[in-house]
Amino acid sequence: MNGSAIRGFINRRVIDTGSRRLPQLLAFGVILAILSGCERPPTDTIQRGYRGVAQGLVYNPRIVKDQEAANAIPVALPQLPGGGPAAGSVFKNVQVLGNLSTGEFTRTMLAMTSWVAPKQGCAYCHNTANMASDELYTKVVARRMLQMTQHINADWKTHVAATGVTCYTCHRGEPVPANIWFTDPGPETADEAGNHGGQNMPSPATGYTSLPYDPFTTFLDSSTADANDIRVISNTALPSGDRKSIKQTEWTYALMMHMSESLGVNCTYCHNSRSFASWEASAPPRVTAWYGIRMVRDLNHSYLDPLSSTFPPVRHGPLGDNPKLNCATCHQGVYKPLFGNSMLKDYPQFAGPIAAPVATPDASPASAPGNAPATPATTRSDDDSVMAKDKPKPS
Amino acid sequence: MAMLGFERKYRVRGGTLIGGDLFDFWVGPFYVGFFGVTTAFFASLGTALIVYGASQGPTWNLWQISIAPPDLSYGLSLAPLNQGGLWQIITICAIGSFVSWALREVEICRKLGIGLHVPFAFAVAIFAYVSLTVIRPVLLGAWGHGFPYGITSHLDWVSNTGYQYLNFHYNPAHMLGVSFFFATVFALSLHGSLILSAANPQKGEPMKTSEHENTFFRDAVGYSIGTLGIHRLGLFLALSAGFWSAVCIIISGPFWTHGWPEWWTWWLNLPIWS
Repeated sequence: MNGSAIRGFINRRVIDTGSRRLPQLLAFGVILAILSGCERPPTDTIQRGYRGVAQGLVYNPRIVKDQEAANAIPVALPQLPGGGPAAGSVFKNVQVLGNLSTGEFTRTMLAMTSWVAPKQGCAYCHNTANMASDELYTKVVARRMLQMTQHINADWKTHVAATGVTCYTCHRGEPVPANIWFTDPGPETADEAGNHGGQNMPSPATGYTSLPYDPFTTFLDSSTADANDIRVISNTALPSGDRKSIKQTEWTYALMMHMSESLGVNCTYCHNSRSFASWEASAPPRVTAWYGIRMVRDLNHSYLDPLSSTFPPVRHGPLGDNPKLNCATCHQGVYKPLFGNSMLKDYPQFAGPIAAPVATPDASPASAPGNAPATPATTRSDDDSVMAKDKPKPS
Repeated sequence: MAMLGFERKYRVRGGTLIGGDLFDFWVGPFYVGFFGVTTAFFASLGTALIVYGASQGPTWNLWQISIAPPDLSYGLSLAPLNQGGLWQIITICAIGSFVSWALREVEICRKLGIGLHVPFAFAVAIFAYVSLTVIRPVLLGAWGHGFPYGITSHLDWVSNTGYQYLNFHYNPAHMLGVSFFFATVFALSLHGSLILSAANPQKGEPMKTSEHENTFFRDAVGYSIGTLGIHRLGLFLALSAGFWSAVCIIISGPFWTHGWPEWWTWWLNLPIWS
């Protein structure tokens, strides 16, 4: 190529507008692609701490509106007056709800069907030729889940308070709750080159981070939970005995990601990130969450794991383990399951083991919680006595 | 203050944007100008208000003094002085003095007949500040989204704001900003060491010039960007760092309400994987 040919080539390049437009189009396309992955204003922020320290929850009101619709509690079935003799004396093999009146017992069965197996009906759990028979595994599981629900509402008020849970909290009209977990065996790998060390596989369980994708087996199954303390932060300024490393910290963060995603809240709902470990600097929901972790361990250990052989193989996970629960099982992306609306006022039989011969629902639930807000309550720096010490002194 | 003999040559009249000849003078080494006066006014008032705010607060500990923005409930309205009003006035003072300083730089550039690169570069820094205290709060609907003016309190704000989006390192604009910050440091260290190496030759050698500088990088990596080019690159890298930092905070909240890690699900959901 001689000199003039090179100049001609260069000139063509300069006047070729197409080659200039291409990068512009590409840049435009990239910007469009990035924006298409985003949301738009207006958004809502709920202040949860003293002004200016950015302890707050960020919500897209359009998404919250959809969540409100999806989390509406079902209309309670009408209560029958009187109700008749205790169900245990009329029907055979009524082990948990035997002290209910026959009418209330029937109403409870109908409610459970509409919550758990609305399409399948009574036959999902019962042999309709012999309703007392335990031959279907679903009936055995359902009985144990009834006991679990009563156990949660009676013994874990530290976590569920008076709001409590019912079958619907988890099931939402599905025989198998949408949010359950099994031990994750990870991807199949041919050799050690594909060993991900339990992480770097974006998973919805941990908010699509590269963190370890199965913190549940580690932290929420009580057979191993004791050996794996969630708290990894050192209590001393110098390394004197704490052998926890970044590796353990990542497992803890993975569990925290799960909790955030399950509740639809960010880290600042419970923690002040200035010191994650400090209870003094933390928000009150952290206490509720602390009990929640213990509750989940208890439920998996005492109720789900013992059902392992009751569940047929089709209900088992890839490693043959039984289904287990975590924060998402009840919360389903909301800071309080069903936005804190209690169903116990209409179904007090789930509040705990039924001791009285006949438990009649309270017709005037004065203390029942009303409609809760769709997002946590906001905080103002001047109102909150907890924050009084931070307040500027009156002038 | 003494003036070097050749400096008088550059102290030329004119080039002012506002005020004509009124403020066209120097105080010691400093050019004043209309915007020098406004800079001094806003900076002094703002500083005085910070000191006043500290006097109304619970501490004189320098690390803990904090002038916090209003509660979110005040929205975009004015707040009482001790409930965030001070923060609002101080923010106005800060923007007033930053912008004044930039315009004073423009006047100096006009006097000298040089380009406006320095005020432009400073404007990017101002843009980053305005993003934090005006653009994002307005998009989110409350001045309370601004950061507090305090040494530790603003760090608390940064930390908590990051954790509002679970893991801020997954914020794509934050990734770009951080990368540009690193690239800026990298470019400056290459440039600084290269110039010093030419100016400090080995014993017995004469001082070298740009030909040697260019040759070093041609030998090392096959290409030298050149004496002017390195400064273009350096400015681009530095301004990009500031620009993407501003973008990364503007999009957090107004354009994304979840954890940043899950923003990347658009990538995981691309049809090429299935």
